[in-house]
Amino acid sequence: MRYDVFFAGYGGQGVLLAGNLLSYAAIREGKNVSFFPSYGVEKRGGTAMCTVVIADGDTGSPVVGHPSASVILNQLSWDKYAAMVKEKGICLVNSSLVELDGAVLSGRELLTIPMNQIAIDLGDVRMVNMVACGAYAAATGALTLDSLKEALHDALPERNHKLIPANIQAIEAGTAAVFSARKA
Amino acid sequence: MSTLQKKFVKGNEAVAMAAIEAGVRCYFGYPITPQSDIPEYLSRELPKTGGTFIQVESEIGAINMVLGASATGVRAMTSSSGPGISLKQEGISYMAGSELPGVIVDIMRSGPGLGGIDASQADYHQATKGGGHGGYRIIVLAPNSVQEMYDLTMLAFDLSDQYRMPAMVLADSVLGQMKESIVPNPRPQVALPDKDWAVRGTGGGQQHVVKSLYLGDGEMETFHWKMHARYQELADKESRWEEYQTADAELVVTAFGATSRIARTAVEMARAQGHKVGLLRPITLFPFPKKAYAELSDRCKNWLTVELSTGQMVDDVRLSVARDAEVDFYGRPPGAGSLPTPEELFEQIKKRV
Repeated sequence: MRYDVFFAGYGGQGVLLAGNLLSYAAIREGKNVSFFPSYGVEKRGGTAMCTVVIADGDTGSPVVGHPSASVILNQLSWDKYAAMVKEKGICLVNSSLVELDGAVLSGRELLTIPMNQIAIDLGDVRMVNMVACGAYAAATGALTLDSLKEALHDALPERNHKLIPANIQAIEAGTAAVFSARKA
Repeated sequence: MSTLQKKFVKGNEAVAMAAIEAGVRCYFGYPITPQSDIPEYLSRELPKTGGTFIQVESEIGAINMVLGASATGVRAMTSSSGPGISLKQEGISYMAGSELPGVIVDIMRSGPGLGGIDASQADYHQATKGGGHGGYRIIVLAPNSVQEMYDLTMLAFDLSDQYRMPAMVLADSVLGQMKESIVPNPRPQVALPDKDWAVRGTGGGQQHVVKSLYLGDGEMETFHWKMHARYQELADKESRWEEYQTADAELVVTAFGATSRIARTAVEMARAQGHKVGLLRPITLFPFPKKAYAELSDRCKNWLTVELSTGQMVDDVRLSVARDAEVDFYGRPPGAGSLPTPEELFEQIKKRV
């Protein structure tokens, strides 16, 4: 299987850490990974984006035109990347920050999840990226919840390992949000 | 956990890790995007191995320090991107003239001038045709994965020592910035010639002179023919390339570096639709694997070269293929937003099959 995803938001939302977490989880599952960040003039407040490719075999191109999924954390990224998801793909949107205005993505699944609100309810809006990772894993089946949780040890620096339990909560909340969004 | 043998690192970090494994003793450089992770890593890790890291006042200073260190027989390197690599050309020419090894890493960004920080392959001519004066060549290796950023950096040191000429790892900002999991292979065991030319302080022994000045009658000409023969030997023994799905191909796509990764996925898309398309990827850009092109084009006459420029490698492709082969070109000059997608290259393939 081959999974590819655009993870996009603004600088400071932890988009690159999220991409790293997905990558480490995939490596723990014995998969091949490429992680390609969009970098440059981005800084806090600018656009931050990364492409992650997860594959059993060769990852092929690290550059992707139409990913099988996208995780959209802010309005700018919605405008820029949402429509690029390919046919039958999945678009996960942070509805706390994105005004959808009744937009539909024909032929693709649109999952709206109030990621900021979920993170705030858990005590810290900075965990929005963890909510998003949990939601991505649940929605696509690209990664198991267990490997995602274990990968926190790889993706977070030692000094932040005390935050792992809280991050696990956020990942689980993201997963649960997908189930309720799909039921609705 | 079995995954511990693997490391999930940026291409730039892989270059730096490989340099240490290859036994580099001296790194001299000056920061520039998109390669600054290399000096950052080495500033932290190289001194721990007893090596020397110096952030020099300029790129010109850095390459001349590489020349000096290499003259003493130790492994030395520098790294930069377009604007800095241009500044180093004088020093590279002097190294070539002095038959000195040394590794130069160019993580290409767009140009000319300051250009931008996006991926580019427009330094191909500068790297492969001798970017400085005097008519010399250097070894140029073109990785297309983070694993190859690691492996080819080690190879660059070995080839450079073996053939007594500078070697360049020519990559781009995609390869420098992307992360993949790699196996940090141990340094290959290669029999290398003694550096019996090195200037180590005589201590009463034989005097050695390292220079690029040849004033004697016929001396310079002799030097040029000697180097010409060495370049030929290099081409015969060290040309490297990779072929993918070429056995029955009716169209061969050719690209190097990150572009070859995008092209490979495009070739897979074409194959999935029943088009007989293959990929030929040069790994050594100098020596250019002419034989591989000549042999494959004996059978397949339809070629497409893809580059992140308006066309540079395509010249070498056209000089290498059989006379009756048709070489078409598709390029995206470097800059923000100009990285082609696999879908885009697939469209280009479809137009030609």
